Amino acid sequence: MVQYYSTRFDASFAALSDPTRRGVLEQLARGDASITELADKFHLTLTGMKKHVGVLEDAGLVTTEKIGRVRNCRLGLQQLEAEAAWIERIRQLWAARFDELDRVVEELKRKEKIDGRKKRK
Amino acid sequence: MDARRESERVNKHVTVERTSDRELVVTRTINGPARLVFEAWTRPELFKRWWVPKSLGMSLKAIEMDVRVGGKYRLNFGDGMDFFGKYLEVTPPSRLVWTNEEAGENGQITTVTFEEKGGRTLLVMHELYPSKEALDAAGTGAAEAMGETFQQLDELLLTLDSSGL
Repeated sequence: MVQYYSTRFDASFAALSDPTRRGVLEQLARGDASITELADKFHLTLTGMKKHVGVLEDAGLVTTEKIGRVRNCRLGLQQLEAEAAWIERIRQLWAARFDELDRVVEELKRKEKIDGRKKRK
Repeated sequence: MDARRESERVNKHVTVERTSDRELVVTRTINGPARLVFEAWTRPELFKRWWVPKSLGMSLKAIEMDVRVGGKYRLNFGDGMDFFGKYLEVTPPSRLVWTNEEAGENGQITTVTFEEKGGRTLLVMHELYPSKEALDAAGTGAAEAMGETFQQLDELLLTLDSSGL
């Protein structure tokens, strides 16, 4: 279950890491909008907004539907469930710590290697 | 070159599992021998580098660690925000147990084991909370530590929630 959620959340968090995309979600929470309307609202080109919406769509946070010549966007049905969000918060904290721990241990390993060479001389 | 490729293959996935109402288990494999991981966990100048990584956006003002059975530790983040407790078990390089006393009676007991296999160390962190409620609150604590990212997420969740979807 944890593995399943973390894959899903990696996409969600990547999608949420960008202020424009968070803004788009907030905007869509107030009501559906077309890509053109969103692009205007956030002062972006159509292509730029399409990319952002694409990332949100991949993460399941937004769904789009083409109606005539307009692509309509709305909030995705996938909800960030409370329990999974709780686990994810803790995972993110530890992932950040352990990434740095990797660096510290790598440094200790390098130091040990150099010290070992000195001793042999 | 082979060594480098080897290290890239290390699975850096962090698993988090709530094993009971009061227990949380976090695991991760570190590419290095247990004695070095233990060192990084018990020398304050090394410990503070990774326990409070820059990405957290918090800054540590002072750190004290007296790593021996009954020895105390204290992490001070300024503005009266302190994390403190004492070491219950210190077994280099395989096991560390400490208390977390900043939350008074709601504090958890943390046990970390370091299992070395082929030059890598499997880290298993087990936390036992005095109650379900105290563990529930740990998610909020982590959110606070993660700072802005999660505040933004929380706000967003509220927005999504109130949109009635």
